[in-house]
Amino acid sequence: MDLNEFFRMGGYAGYVWTSYGLTALVLLLNWLAARRCEAREQESARRRSSTD
Amino acid sequence: MWLWFHKLASPPHAYRVLGKLAPWFGWPALGLILLATWWGLVKAPADYQQGDAFRILYVHAPTAWMSMFIYVVMAIAAAVGLIWRIKLAHAAAAAAAPIGASFTFLALATGSIWGKPMWGTWWVWDARLTSELILLFLYLGYMALRSSFDDPQRADRASAVLAIVGVINVPIIHYSVEWWTTLHQPASVTKFDKPSIAIEMLYPLFIMIVGLQLYFGWAISRRLRGEILRRERNASWLKEAR
Repeated sequence: MDLNEFFRMGGYAGYVWTSYGLTALVLLLNWLAARRCEAREQESARRRSSTD
Repeated sequence: MWLWFHKLASPPHAYRVLGKLAPWFGWPALGLILLATWWGLVKAPADYQQGDAFRILYVHAPTAWMSMFIYVVMAIAAAVGLIWRIKLAHAAAAAAAPIGASFTFLALATGSIWGKPMWGTWWVWDARLTSELILLFLYLGYMALRSSFDDPQRADRASAVLAIVGVINVPIIHYSVEWWTTLHQPASVTKFDKPSIAIEMLYPLFIMIVGLQLYFGWAISRRLRGEILRRERNASWLKEAR
């Protein structure tokens, strides 16, 4: 497979790669946000239980 | 049956089960999303009319589908919470909202990027696009309404009503391409008798949808665990759990 051809996407490179890039970015941010949401509450629960 | 259900809906049990389930959603999700991406970008043949631009389908259609699916999940959870007063159901609805909003944003953004080369415009105010935009506002409105209450029980009830009323928008989105004249193409997959799309173009689409479903399963498990901890801040099981 010709890599240049692949990246050119038949002339639609800007549209195709932006769509996929944006999707990857949002899925990644969502992944981080979900992990942070859980970790933050775990941390605050730990802190509460250690103080009483 | 009811005993089992009550056990499942009890916060400590749900917290443990979700923690065990999450990796079983997460890893297959990663694998399937990568597989579908490779299949859609490399292996699937270019469309005879749209060329390689059609590959946007593999991120646009699954995210659009997820945006509606997650809304229905959220509305059902809100209804269960409202009718049977199950706090865990309200928590699940609250956990689903930000994930659904992000999928709605993706559906709108990738659709817009696809629309430019194919329709010659980023945006038109037609029924499909407008109703999907309303879906985004419903998610954002739901989250804003929740955060405007200090009392979690009042937040649960008020936001549940909004989620349930808003579910009317989901069939409107789905049938908008049939009810109104629109630039958006009609469904080409959900015609089970004879999908008007080549089968080798269909596989990556299904793989991506399953992958995103599992991704949603992972994300809501993580968020719901956080949500449970936040709501159960004074419960005694928290100390026993660690």
